[in-house]
Order: sequence, then C-alpha cells, then structure tokens
Amino acid sequence: MLLFGAMSGWITVGDVRLEIVERGQGRPILWLHGEEGLDPEAPVLQALAAPARVIAPSHPGYGHSPEVGSIDTVDDLAYLYLDLLAQLDVRDAVVVGCSLGGWIAAQMAVKCTGRVARLVLIGPLGIKVGDRETRDIPDIFALHPDEVLRLQYHDAAGARVDHATLSDDRLTVIARNREATALYAWEPYFHDPKLRGRLHRITVPTLLLWGAEDRFVTADYYGAAYREAIPGARLETIAKAGHFPHLEQPAAVAERVRAFALP
Amino acid sequence: MRAWFFSENAYHLLPDAREYDSIRVKLPNRYYDPKLGADLYHRFIDEWLMAEDLGLEIMVNEHHQTATNVNPSAAVVMGALARVSRTARLLILGNPIANRREPVRVAEEMAMVDVYSRGRLECGFVRGVPYEMSAGNHRPTRMQERFWEAHDLIVKAWTTHDGPFNWEGKHFHHRQVNIWPRPYQEPHPPIWITALSPSSAREVGARGYTAACFLTGFEGTKTVFDSYRERRVELGLPAAARDRFAYAALVYTGETDEEGYAGARKLMWYLESNKVPPQFTSPPGYHPIAATVNAMKGATPGIYKMFQNPTLEGLMHHGLVFAGNPDSVYRQIMRMYDHVGGFGQLLMMSQAGFLDHEETVKGMQMFSREVYPRLKELR
Repeated sequence: MLLFGAMSGWITVGDVRLEIVERGQGRPILWLHGEEGLDPEAPVLQALAAPARVIAPSHPGYGHSPEVGSIDTVDDLAYLYLDLLAQLDVRDAVVVGCSLGGWIAAQMAVKCTGRVARLVLIGPLGIKVGDRETRDIPDIFALHPDEVLRLQYHDAAGARVDHATLSDDRLTVIARNREATALYAWEPYFHDPKLRGRLHRITVPTLLLWGAEDRFVTADYYGAAYREAIPGARLETIAKAGHFPHLEQPAAVAERVRAFALP
Repeated sequence: MRAWFFSENAYHLLPDAREYDSIRVKLPNRYYDPKLGADLYHRFIDEWLMAEDLGLEIMVNEHHQTATNVNPSAAVVMGALARVSRTARLLILGNPIANRREPVRVAEEMAMVDVYSRGRLECGFVRGVPYEMSAGNHRPTRMQERFWEAHDLIVKAWTTHDGPFNWEGKHFHHRQVNIWPRPYQEPHPPIWITALSPSSAREVGARGYTAACFLTGFEGTKTVFDSYRERRVELGLPAAARDRFAYAALVYTGETDEEGYAGARKLMWYLESNKVPPQFTSPPGYHPIAATVNAMKGATPGIYKMFQNPTLEGLMHHGLVFAGNPDSVYRQIMRMYDHVGGFGQLLMMSQAGFLDHEETVKGMQMFSREVYPRLKELR
C-alpha cells in the first residue's frame, strides 16, 4: 500500500520501510537512484512521469528511509527491489538505475527478470574490470571533495553545493546519503567481484547510457566492459554530461529512456 | 593516582609541511629513513624503560600509515617491552578491534604479552581514529556493532579453557577457537576502552571497564565520566572506583613555569603537525549524522577549534595540556580532577616531535620526583 505525502510517501516491503516517490501512469519505471540520493523534484522524474508510472524509492539509509540492520550490501538491495516488484505485482517493469543504482539494477537482473521488460543502466558501477592493481573506480573516500566533483561532473562548478544555503533536513539527507554509500560500497569498493561473470544471464533488452564527459568511470573503459558482458546491450553517450547525466542533462536522459523503453 | 608515560613514537624528521598535503594515509614512505627510524625506535624504548625506573607505568598505542605514530602494531613494541621491563604495568591503548580482521589473533597477541610480562598487561580496546579508515580499508559504518562483537569474541577466547568453542557471528567466524597461550592474569587482563562520547561511556560503564578520555578537556571529560557513573546507577551496579577513569593530556614539568611551557610547546608538534585533508578526517559514518550536519554548517565543537590553531594558553585553559613548574602542573591536574569528579589514571603524552631525549627525560624526572608523590597520596 502506498501512502503519499505531497511529493513522497512511504511503502513497506516485508519489514522494510521506504520513502518512495510515485507519479504518473502507464508503463512502470522502477527508478533506482545512485549515491547522490533521490530528489523527489528531479526534472528527470517529472519528464519520465508524463508517459509512464515512475516508482522511485530511497534505499535504506538514503533520504529519509531508515537504515535496516539486516541490509548492508547491494545484493540485499537487489532482493528488496525484486520483492517490491512482486508486491506491486508489476509485470513489465522498466528498471532504470544510475551509478550505484545501476549496480543494484544489474544485480537484480542477474537473479531474475521475470517482472522486468527492459533495463536501462546509467553509468552503472558494480563490476571489476581491471587487474588487482588497477583502481577501476576512483576512491571517493580518499580524494579531496573538489577532485571528486571534477571527476564526476561535466560542470563541476555548477554541481558545487553551498551547504550554508541548505536546510538542516537537506543537510541531514546529504550526510545520510554519504553514510549509506559507505555502508554499501566501501568494500569491495563499488563492486561485486562476481557480478561481471554473471551479466551474461541478462536476457532482457538493455541500454547503457553514459555521460560523454564522465571522467569517473569512462564509457570507453567501464562502459565498454559492461556492454561486452551483457548480451546485445547497446551503449549510448549523452553529450555535456559527466557521471550523473540525469542531473546534468535530464531531458536528454528522459528522451533516451522513452525512445528505448516506451515505444 | 597512577601515572603512565606515553609516547606516540612519531617520525618527526619531515620536509616542510608545504611539500605534502597529508601527514596521514598518503605521505609517501620515501620520507622515512629506516636507519634514523631504528635509532628512534631504540631511543623510545629506552625512554619507556627510564619511565619505569622513575616509577611510572608504560603506555603504548598504535596508528597506521602515518608519520605521527610509527607503531602500526602495539603488540610488537609491547612484546619487546614486556621482555625488558620488570615492574611497570603495560597498557596498550589500544587495539583497534573494530578494524582488526581477526579478533582471535588479537586475543592471542595479548595473551602472549601478558604471559611474557608475567601478568602486567592492561589491555585497551579502541575504535581507531577516522584517518585509520582509508589506511586499513575499514568500513566506517556500523563500527560499534563490529567493535562489541570483536570484544565479546576476544573475552570468550581468553576465558574459555576447555577446548574449542564456536563463533558464527555477524562479523566474525571461527569454528574452532582455542587459543594458546591463555592469559597470565585471571580471568583476563584488565580491560580499558577509550570513551569520547556519553553513549560510548554508558557501554563501558555497564561493563565496569576503565574508561579513557583523550584530550577531551574539562567539559567533554566530565560528560563522559558522568555518563559512565549514571549508567551504573541506572543498572543498580556499585559505584566505580576512581581507577576506572583515565584522562590523557600533554604533560611537561619543568623546574620553572618557563621551562615547563617550553617543553609543552615542543609537545604541541603532535597537534600542529596533524595536517590532514577533509576526506580523511570525516569518513562517512564515522561521526554521528548530527555532528556531520553541524560540521557542514561550519560549526566546530569548541574543543576541536583547539586543534586547528593550537596555542599553549588555549590548550592549558581547556585542560588539554598540563605544563609549568611542579606546583603549577599539580594544580592544573587537580583542577581537572576536581572538575570531573576524580580520576585514577593519568595518561601523559610526554614525548612528541622535537622534544629531544634529554628534554623528555628531564620532564619525566621532574614529574615523577616533584608532582607524582602528591598525586599518589590522593584517596
């Protein structure tokens, strides 16, 4: 059962309470946010809600969703969202995940695609590509915050947030999002060592969307590895976007998702 | 009161701080000269033994990937000290057990040191400073849960004498735990735990271990010790003896105030040299959310402002440094003692940075001859 506030409401999956945004009608899109968290007002969600029914939960520990003691891996999140699809009795979902959310989506899809019609992975993390001495993914926990912005955004200056202008609630959400990211992605760092070898199990049509200016994980290296591992996957880039194209180019991302998944 | 001589064993022979952006985690070890390092190790061990000769107890700690402390294994240096010392109590404060992958190994190491020393070990468990997270790849979230599970496993390993037991916990798995040797002390070495917040003090108080505060000043220390005492009242447990409360400060005793201050200014290297960029000081999950939010708003808790641009006057005012002539040092310690409701363990960082061997020894001698006798009389 969904209980709505003005912009977001709550849903209970098993014994897990999740803050959730649901808007629009039509083909269900399960939107899985990344380490940046979920903005209920995000333009990309508004754009997608015109032709589709967007279902966007905040993962446990993110946004206002409580932490759950028994949930501490992306694998746990994948099972949680497979349960959510079953609970909502969704049968032909488009699962869209960004960065860490893309990792969750991939982790779901290697388990079961019975309720998933199409998969869109936006700059997904989650796989190990290089050898043990290659740091595939820059260590955001060991880099200066300014350097993280430079790697992750096409327009790093535009992405900078002035904390002094934000409410306590917003700051709390930012701090919780960072903490939850450490919980799920600290070690192994933003990946499951076994995921890459399982991606061949994904048989639903899959689109990989990549920011052309993504310096965090590049389309040529990380995106190519994902494309090669998922049978028939297509890799497209979005101009003037870094690692979070849905934040920097929301209209373009929504258009690509529509074109691929909402014919 | 018991007084402990504590030295971080820093490698202070560094280039100008403008040459590097962090003294912790990522400072290349090409700046470390093992030959000079060997001389320093031997000097520091000598100083610990001189402390023992002066009637002080011995305390060591450990940190990782940092020039501020070149003891990445407290067990190793304490193993050496356990062999060559004779009478001093030996405090490791401590083992960062939320960060150690094998608590059973910690139980073994501590049992070894306890047996080597014929029962002189005091075994501390600490959470580890934020900079340790990247250095050891330790996840900074849910550390308390990991910490207490490791503690429970270690205590059970120390106190089980009838063959292997099974441990399949949330964080640690061992199906055949049966350590050799077992500790010398019965049922196990006294346990100390660093408590820097009221909530952690409550946990320590419930168990009756010694709670140690590091550089927490007047108010922070009082809050921690009060929480410890309140928790025991809540649980209907007997009041804790004074030896269950420890306070760590920078201490230098001179013949005159001027000499004491000069020594203390050299000890301040420990605070002044701690150049660390933000990503290592606040790993996500290490600090409570509310504290992180306050930090994002630019609000630094009063005591921590001391660490940013430390002045001797400010540090002394807040009770982080006890320095001066013997009467001054005694008065400063007693001011803290009275403010926090008494404590029975004084942990003295009395060597740091450019404080050389002679100066270090002189400070120890002045303290042990002129100040310590008065503190020992406290009842």
